[in-house]
Amino acid sequence: MTSQSKQAEMLSGAAMIIRALADEGVEYLYGYPGGAVLHIYDALFQQTKVKHVLVRHEQAATHMADAYARATGKAGVVLVTSGPGATNAVTGIATAYMDSIPMVVLTGQVMSHLIGEDAFQETDMLGISRPIVKHNMSVRRPEDIPYLIKKAFYIAQSGRPGPVVLDIPKDMTIPSQKFPYHYPDDVKLRSYQPKLKGHSGQIKKAVTALLAAKKPILYAGGGVIMGGASEELTELARYLNLPVTNTLMGLGAYPGGDKQFIGMLGMHGSYEANQTMHGADLILAVGARFDDRVTNNTKKFCPDATIIHIDIDPASISKTINAHIPIVGLVKPVLTEMLDILKQKKKKLDAAALEKWWQQINEWRQVHGGRYDTETPLLKPQYVIEQVSKITKGDAFVCSDVGQHQMFAAQYYSFNKPNRWINSGGLGTMGFGLPAAMGVKLNFPDADVVCVTGEGSIQMNIQELSTCKQYGLGVKIINLNNGYLGMVKQWQDMNYESRYASSYMDSLPDFIKLAEAYGHVGIRVTKPEELQPALERAFVEHKDQLVFLDIHIDPKEHVYPMQIPGGAINEMFLSKTERT
Amino acid sequence: MRHIISVLLENESGALARLVGLFAQRGYNIDSLTVAPTEDATLSRLTLVTHGNDQVIEQITKQLHKLIEVVKLTDLSESAHIERELMLVKVKAVGEQRDEIKRCADIFRGQIVDVSATTYTVQLVGTSDKLDAFIQALTGTPILEVVRSGVSGISRGDKTLTM
Ligand SMILES: Cc1ncc(C[n+]2csc(CCOP(=O)(O)OP(=O)(O)O)c2C)c(N)n1
Ligand SMILES: [Mg+2]
Repeated sequence: MTSQSKQAEMLSGAAMIIRALADEGVEYLYGYPGGAVLHIYDALFQQTKVKHVLVRHEQAATHMADAYARATGKAGVVLVTSGPGATNAVTGIATAYMDSIPMVVLTGQVMSHLIGEDAFQETDMLGISRPIVKHNMSVRRPEDIPYLIKKAFYIAQSGRPGPVVLDIPKDMTIPSQKFPYHYPDDVKLRSYQPKLKGHSGQIKKAVTALLAAKKPILYAGGGVIMGGASEELTELARYLNLPVTNTLMGLGAYPGGDKQFIGMLGMHGSYEANQTMHGADLILAVGARFDDRVTNNTKKFCPDATIIHIDIDPASISKTINAHIPIVGLVKPVLTEMLDILKQKKKKLDAAALEKWWQQINEWRQVHGGRYDTETPLLKPQYVIEQVSKITKGDAFVCSDVGQHQMFAAQYYSFNKPNRWINSGGLGTMGFGLPAAMGVKLNFPDADVVCVTGEGSIQMNIQELSTCKQYGLGVKIINLNNGYLGMVKQWQDMNYESRYASSYMDSLPDFIKLAEAYGHVGIRVTKPEELQPALERAFVEHKDQLVFLDIHIDPKEHVYPMQIPGGAINEMFLSKTERT
Repeated sequence: MRHIISVLLENESGALARLVGLFAQRGYNIDSLTVAPTEDATLSRLTLVTHGNDQVIEQITKQLHKLIEVVKLTDLSESAHIERELMLVKVKAVGEQRDEIKRCADIFRGQIVDVSATTYTVQLVGTSDKLDAFIQALTGTPILEVVRSGVSGISRGDKTLTM
């Protein structure tokens, strides 16, 4: 990909940025222009390899790039101007950071000699972004640009991935000042050498512990998805007949329709997943980080379990829960090595013990089993998601916003493939869903791309309906409209005697007219019997168009199971009237 | 427990801010911090004194390692090491006190490095405990100013923290 063999071409800083992106294989750049990046936009205009997507708000550019990364594993790229452009991107950078998503964000900056003078549209983007990036850098000399861009991609995509910000003062991009261009093949940093393979001794120890288990569970997180290790994970689980639970970030790491899958765990996890975790004598944690939305009270966490923890980030190991057998490394080679050892040894777990364990788990499966009220005449959000799962054959990219609808989507859509469930798990960013769906649809134009949202969340980036029109992004918006900030309302019901402080969404727009005003199709669904035909219209008749389905659901519904605060992982409310 | 963490850091702008920011962000303590370039101008050597239980210290070292500019680090307090801090103390020194302060400085192997009609400035090098003890010993002497460098440390014997 490099031009090293050829005579070095002379390029301006601006042209080098775009050329470097092209050499990196970047197809789309998501962004918004402004004074500090005008040279770069002009360079963009003069070539065709890198295509630019003009969003309507910089936050959306970051979520589009982020979702592209979640769907493909490759870093998404953002270009914004200095000052307000950069600050508008902050929420999206933090969203990517919390979920370890690779992203390269190019931010314009005022001219070098003006930095520190409170110049027009100057903000200290390195300072602002420092706590929410994997790394950030600024360009000091235009000739460093190719190296810095290579370095940004390398850091963003290696080890535990994350966003990297590159701040570019305007005088680094002056069109008339040209420098020899070389795009490096790779970058080596003496201070950053992420571990790849796991420690073989530790892996052997882990296999021995695993084989001795009588009540094992495989607990898989987003690291399996980002580490591209779904296949290995699935093979290992099947080889040993292990029950598997996925975290919110790990949905799809193990196929949701498989009989060994016992659901998501944690705050709104399945009864059986949380019980199986609590009762386990061995937890094999893979690319997961024992965060507070999983463990509930750490002091009461899984008292009998030996914990094997595989993660690329040593700082994630024994951070909240002590690991007995830590393994630092990429999950894919570590799982492969475990499988190799197991196959050589030709050993399995104690069959009788495992059989008993599965019996117990199957009993737990009967207790709640994802049931919800089907007697009422009102449309149930769970039912809507089940129907969406059906019509898309569990094969769609499902991009979610944040709230009750997100949990319903996580619980009731059956994710059979990795990289298909795209949600803001760590930061919980309302407004993520629509831009995320756009980022995916642009890159997978033939796939079904669904945005599951609520009337609260969708309004946080509703302006992007315009971007969808411009680029012909036929995403399907499933607006689970309950007229409330439902998740907030649920907490108020449970903890504040139903005092709905600012959780009622008054003065909602007519979403149908709104969709139409932007040039899309809008369909309202208010009764259960209207759902099927509406979905048919959206997914079949208007296959290539953006369809906004405004679905009026039971405003009183709560998400269950729900862990009881301060309790163990398996202490849950199971409905408005039942608890463990 | 008190720990002394030595860090080799890329001598790049923003690296120190990132390291200090990490402590603020994650609520770790910094008791003292010294930093300067090494004989290799591309590297800074930093000595950081902190305290916390084992789990916190483990997190601190792991999180420090994650910073891209951190090249190497070691917890000096885990093995034999030397630690030194420099202190400059300006005290009021008039009449009989002048002799008294001089004697006290001698006992602590301090030096009087500046003199005025009414003041002495004493320079003292040693462990932080020793510097504390000197201040204690100055009872009765009005202290005008205390400047401490923070701890610098190095391992004993063959052990080194280098590239
Ligand atoms: C940007 C942002 N602000 C506030 C919150 C807090 N919050 C979490 S869920 C939620 C309600 C979401 O309402 P809606 O989108 O209608 O979804 P529902 O829960 O009703 O399904 C709020 C306000 C958040 N997660 N993100
Ligand atoms: Mg709502």
